[in-house]
Amino acid sequence: MAKMTKEEVIEVAHLARLAITDEEAEHFADQLEAITNAMELLNELDTENVEPTTHVLQMVNVLREDKSIPGLDRELMLKNVKEHEGGQVKVPTILE
Amino acid sequence: MNFETIIGLEVHVELKTDSKMFSPAPAHFGAEPNTNTNVIDLGYPGVLPVVNKRAVDWAMKAALALNCEITRHTKFDRKNYFYPDNPKAYQISQFDQPIGEHGWIEIEVKGEKKRIGITRLHMEEDAGKLTHTGNGHSLVDFNRQGTPLIEIVSEPDIRTADEAYAYLEKIKAIIQYTGVSDVRMEEGSLRCDANISLRPFGQDEFGTKTELKNLNSFNFVRKGIEHEQIRQEQVLLAGGIIEQETRRYDESTGKTLLMRVKEGSDDYRYFPEPDLVDIIIDDAWLERVRAEIPELPDARKARYVSELGMSSYDAMVLTLAKPISDFFEATVAAGADAKLSSNWLMGEVSAYLNAEQKELSDTALTPEGLAGMIKLISDGTISSKIAKKVFKELIEKGGDANDIVKAKGLVQISDENTLREFVTTALDNNPQSIEDFKNGKDRAIGFLVGQIMKQTKGQANPPLLNKILLAEIAKR
Amino acid sequence: MSLVEKTAAQLQEMIHTKEMTIAELTQKAFDRIEALEPKVDAFLALNKERATQQAGEMDKVPFADRGPLFGLPIGVKDNIVTEGLETTASSRILEGFNPIYNATVVEKLKEAGMVTVGKLNMDEFAMGSSNENSYYKKTKNPWNLETVPGGSSGGSAAAVAAGEVPFTLGSDTGGSIRQPAAFCGVVGMKPTYGRVSRFGLIAYASSLDQIGPITRTVKDNALLLNAISGHDDKDSTSANVEVPDFTAALTGDITGLRIGVPKEYFGEGVGEAAKQAVLDALKVLEERGAICEEISLPHSKYALATYYLLASSEASSNLSRFDGIRYGYRTEKAGNLLEFYMNTRSEGFGDEVKRRIMLGTYALSSGYYDAYYKKAQKVRTLIKKDFDDAFEKYDVIIGPTTPTPAFKIGEIIDDPLTMYANDILTIPVNLAGVPAISVPCGFDNGLPLGLQIIGKYFDEETVYRVADVFEQATDFHKKTPQTWEGAAQ
Repeated sequence: MAKMTKEEVIEVAHLARLAITDEEAEHFADQLEAITNAMELLNELDTENVEPTTHVLQMVNVLREDKSIPGLDRELMLKNVKEHEGGQVKVPTILE
Repeated sequence: MNFETIIGLEVHVELKTDSKMFSPAPAHFGAEPNTNTNVIDLGYPGVLPVVNKRAVDWAMKAALALNCEITRHTKFDRKNYFYPDNPKAYQISQFDQPIGEHGWIEIEVKGEKKRIGITRLHMEEDAGKLTHTGNGHSLVDFNRQGTPLIEIVSEPDIRTADEAYAYLEKIKAIIQYTGVSDVRMEEGSLRCDANISLRPFGQDEFGTKTELKNLNSFNFVRKGIEHEQIRQEQVLLAGGIIEQETRRYDESTGKTLLMRVKEGSDDYRYFPEPDLVDIIIDDAWLERVRAEIPELPDARKARYVSELGMSSYDAMVLTLAKPISDFFEATVAAGADAKLSSNWLMGEVSAYLNAEQKELSDTALTPEGLAGMIKLISDGTISSKIAKKVFKELIEKGGDANDIVKAKGLVQISDENTLREFVTTALDNNPQSIEDFKNGKDRAIGFLVGQIMKQTKGQANPPLLNKILLAEIAKR
Repeated sequence: MSLVEKTAAQLQEMIHTKEMTIAELTQKAFDRIEALEPKVDAFLALNKERATQQAGEMDKVPFADRGPLFGLPIGVKDNIVTEGLETTASSRILEGFNPIYNATVVEKLKEAGMVTVGKLNMDEFAMGSSNENSYYKKTKNPWNLETVPGGSSGGSAAAVAAGEVPFTLGSDTGGSIRQPAAFCGVVGMKPTYGRVSRFGLIAYASSLDQIGPITRTVKDNALLLNAISGHDDKDSTSANVEVPDFTAALTGDITGLRIGVPKEYFGEGVGEAAKQAVLDALKVLEERGAICEEISLPHSKYALATYYLLASSEASSNLSRFDGIRYGYRTEKAGNLLEFYMNTRSEGFGDEVKRRIMLGTYALSSGYYDAYYKKAQKVRTLIKKDFDDAFEKYDVIIGPTTPTPAFKIGEIIDDPLTMYANDILTIPVNLAGVPAISVPCGFDNGLPLGLQIIGKYFDEETVYRVADVFEQATDFHKKTPQTWEGAAQ
């Protein structure tokens, strides 16, 4: 893989909603490059005819009957919410 | 016009299950904010989703009704994006193995039939509801979070706003027939986004498309597309280029406004949902669901044409909304004439519902009530004109047409001697009309009928009155 | 023999003969914890008030209604959600988080009548091998307070090793139960993926995470696994298989048992002491009738890269929910939503967590998905197949748990790759999803070493049987660290 640039690190950090300083970006760029280089080892293997594994157990069709149970009491629902108003959860405005 | 418009629609339909797609919290519309949630919907640390079986059944049912092929090995994927109404910051959706693919429906615009392809139908969970207060913050209600959704993506086969309208009407009708959703746009159980691009006639490649959102009614879909079409044409004719962007239809101005420019492509980082196992649909499951699909609008329409001799257009209009069509069938089953029943439903009933902004089920009208009234028309007990008075009573208060007619004294006067007396009086009072008639002015008859109808409060049997009037006038 | 050395059976005996009440046992556990915590720093939160009250009530329950774990104290790793008891996964982003529900395993502990005494320190979100990635404190290895206890379940292993509590729950994604168990000289089991419900386990990597018991003896470990195992309707990936009585498997008989010894587990980077301790252990097992043969798990060297790609990718998505809106840490510095997200998450997560979130985000991003994530999923298939093939001929696979004993605090914290290499022997097991245990098998410079016994899917019974035979034949588990001296008992 190509060297991971500081700009790429900043872009990935933005996707992950992490604010990082320029200095941190350079630090991460070095570390992530070392890590991704180590990951290159996998390219030794020919996996063209290999199926990917998402689940190690061969289970399928785990389904639940459609039966509702009452929702949480709103007071409990808001217990860990730091800011709320009229039973709704408050968030800063979206600035496009 | 120099350009051809290419339209693709993405329709989201909420399934009316009892519980949510991945949690047992109630999936019911209209509760107080944040009272229909649980820790799973709220994306608490450590919670896990479990798939609602009925939601899968119903998604499959909708897919089959839209002529899709069912993906026998289907699965869920995570679509990652941050937004306050998306508590886990990923939406559980389907990426590369949607439950349905390669479907189609047939639409009819101005008598022209056209097949519109359906690329895919997939299952996912709805988001919460975000309200912008304008005071520097927004408020989130998570009740809707996790409600089962199906997303139906059309092929870019649609060319006009009218076709888009007809496509939506048809999708709504088919889904409504399957019974898996209320498909009410005003409640958000049916939502639509439109992708629009223009290209010069004869060109194969598509132009850059814009995505149109906030289309909150079928009419807004039509108007939004029409406006966007004109806007893009103007930009192109002025030598400009269309940006790939999301636009919003503004109801007050009827224009489309820029929401945001898409940065390259949104990187949703889809990957298979590790918390859910795959779904394998065998023949037995598929056939069980297929067997639950009732007669759909197209089949019903064909039956009305072949069995009831209805015109293709009437049959289409009558079958578009399942409640109306079901009502029609029940009315005919209660003994009413099919032609009269369809005329009444498409005429008076539908006008009433439009004017009052009501659903048929919100009124007091029953198929038996309507059938009773139509039978009275058919056997000449009441005239169509009188029937309108009976109808108003039936739809507002309900009851039996016979009783209403009797109680209000609305029975038609079909006794020849009684009618002859009214005719004689009218002729005596209007010698000028007799003169006019004899001089070839046929309108005079109309005037005389009007006078008699006024005297009889509209209860005179019209054909009989006509017959007697002509006979009596001839004698003068 | 002091109280802290006693097994579940011995403690029950004392309670039944009225030598001690549950209330007294609970009190002694807290006394011991309070005496040792200044040195060990294993606990993040204590549940003293509720535990004391609960213990008092439990003493009134008739003996006939009590199971083998009834009234015994347990500590729970802090990534397992406990209602009304602060749960942080050792992250600042969950500071003050007060859960409104219990993890399924916590409900099961309640059913078994266990007394939860507190929450145990760990590497933040289970990302780490030393417990140095906790936002709150650094847990020390009771065998040498200058060394790490391992991780991520370092608090869980250290608390048992220090005798603060006889039972703890940990979680294991790439070795997070077995590696600290090895470093701290205790018994740690990672059950088959799907054996124990993950509902209420704060997810790190969903397809790899599994909760398991850490104890002083194999039998106690089997008892605790009995209590927490079983299908859960709330976890779609929990297996609907029968749960045997794991203690019944401890027959002491391993005659004819076939043991595969992978040559890859004795390769470069694995210390001589670790190798020798395992070879000695194999001799012990051979003497008791087992047959050992060298085997190959050819894709072992790809496990580390595969693991970091898959685990980081899943983590990048699993940890996106921590945004300060519905619970947990919330930044003070935000004018708009984007700043709110970025600041909350940057201030709330530590460096290692950020590093893995970024690696995972990168591996899943368009253009890289096939080259990284999907590639790793395919290699996972090959690694799993290595185990499937080996288990056609062998009953268990045995090797060292870690390449070396515990290292010094601060020694490799700034070198992620060296830190990751600590898990090369445990990671393949998670990728395959099979069960594995670590039991004490020797010492290197006074620090414990672990023997890793890997079993077939859902065959924890054989794993326990072998572990028990080894434990009965040796006395490594009877050794106690110096921190015990002078502590309350």
